[in-house]
Amino acid sequence: MSVPHALLALLSEGPKYGLRLQNEFEARTGEVWPLNVGQVYTTLQRLERDGLVETDDEESERSRKRYRITSAGDRELADWLRTPPDLVPPPRDELVIKVLVALQVPATDVHQILQVHRRHVIEVMQRYTQVKATADEDDTALALVVDAELFRLEAIVRWLDAADVRLKQRPHPTPAEVADMPLERTHEMEVPQ
Amino acid sequence: MSALELRQVTKTYGSGPTEVHALRGVDLSVELGELVAIMGPSGSGKSTLLTIAGSLEQPTSGQVLVDGVDLATVSRSDQAQMRRRAIGYVFQDFNLLPGLTAVENVTLPLELDGVRSKAARATGLEAMQELDVADLADRYPDELSGGQRQRAAIARAIVGERGLLLADEPTGALDSVNGEAVMRLLRVATKRGVAGVIVTHEAQLASWADRVVFLRDGHVVDQTVAPPGPESLLVAGERR
Repeated sequence: MSVPHALLALLSEGPKYGLRLQNEFEARTGEVWPLNVGQVYTTLQRLERDGLVETDDEESERSRKRYRITSAGDRELADWLRTPPDLVPPPRDELVIKVLVALQVPATDVHQILQVHRRHVIEVMQRYTQVKATADEDDTALALVVDAELFRLEAIVRWLDAADVRLKQRPHPTPAEVADMPLERTHEMEVPQ
Repeated sequence: MSALELRQVTKTYGSGPTEVHALRGVDLSVELGELVAIMGPSGSGKSTLLTIAGSLEQPTSGQVLVDGVDLATVSRSDQAQMRRRAIGYVFQDFNLLPGLTAVENVTLPLELDGVRSKAARATGLEAMQELDVADLADRYPDELSGGQRQRAAIARAIVGERGLLLADEPTGALDSVNGEAVMRLLRVATKRGVAGVIVTHEAQLASWADRVVFLRDGHVVDQTVAPPGPESLLVAGERR
């Protein structure tokens, strides 16, 4: 979550005080990302230094300052909204590494390991779904945040399911083949741009 | 007493070299008010489990108890009556009859059970009301959207006094937001005092259940433990 850009977005609606920015930030992200007021002021200071926001009165106490977005701030916000997040190279995924390692440990039932992780992920999904089930149906921000988590977790379950099938279909490898498995390649893999 | 109990249920299709063991000793009990999801890969036996739980198929061995009644001790006609009165089904492709209106589809199990048309319609409209589709009662299935059809199908599954609700991939081809609406409805229906079992391969749908049971090669291999409250996800600091 980019706090500076979220604050710029809130200021694009009109000038606001720091405390109000904190409250609005939390409300509009479904209160899933808590933000303390100190963080708000540090971020505002940095934005002011970079000329992206300005205040009515530079001399007064921070809690009495009202912040306003500048035209440079508007441009920065518009650029950021359209900049794709960093999706490549793939992150080093702890679960993928665990499963690859499990294949090399003798007398380890990799399907049982996949199931342990599947159950755990689904239990976390049940908790997120519970958030949605008990939330106000009009709380779209919360639903969007929870949906994002649920889709991310669902992707993990689907990978575990695919791994189960893939490992079931392949012939049992010899120990020498197992030793040659591409543990390192997971984070050296090149993704065509 | 559980609303549904399976004890060491096995199901074998065919014999000799073509023999298929769909279920290999499944134990499962579901309480009133509980929604249980059965998850498993294709061929794990999950749909077989559902049809046996709903007495649409007989197990090869083991016992199936609905409301404490062992189905094996019940005559075929009494089993059929049980299917009409006590068990509701929701299918992936809705299974609404095209020649009947929505409310006629909903009241079909009641009318087959001998309930008079007028009384059946009143009960049917009540079920449709709960699903917010009572105003569509006299439309035909092809005049309804996918989501409305699925609501009508759920109304048919809960109409009257049903204690057991069985659903096989109940969100069919609906998009994820409409699929979620269906799961909300099933959850509300079970919380009102019905035992619900849904079969799905989708983790997001399964996560609406109170308990998720994992089936693999005809065995129950694992199940979730009751999740802690959602507030544990939202404590300050955890999400930074």
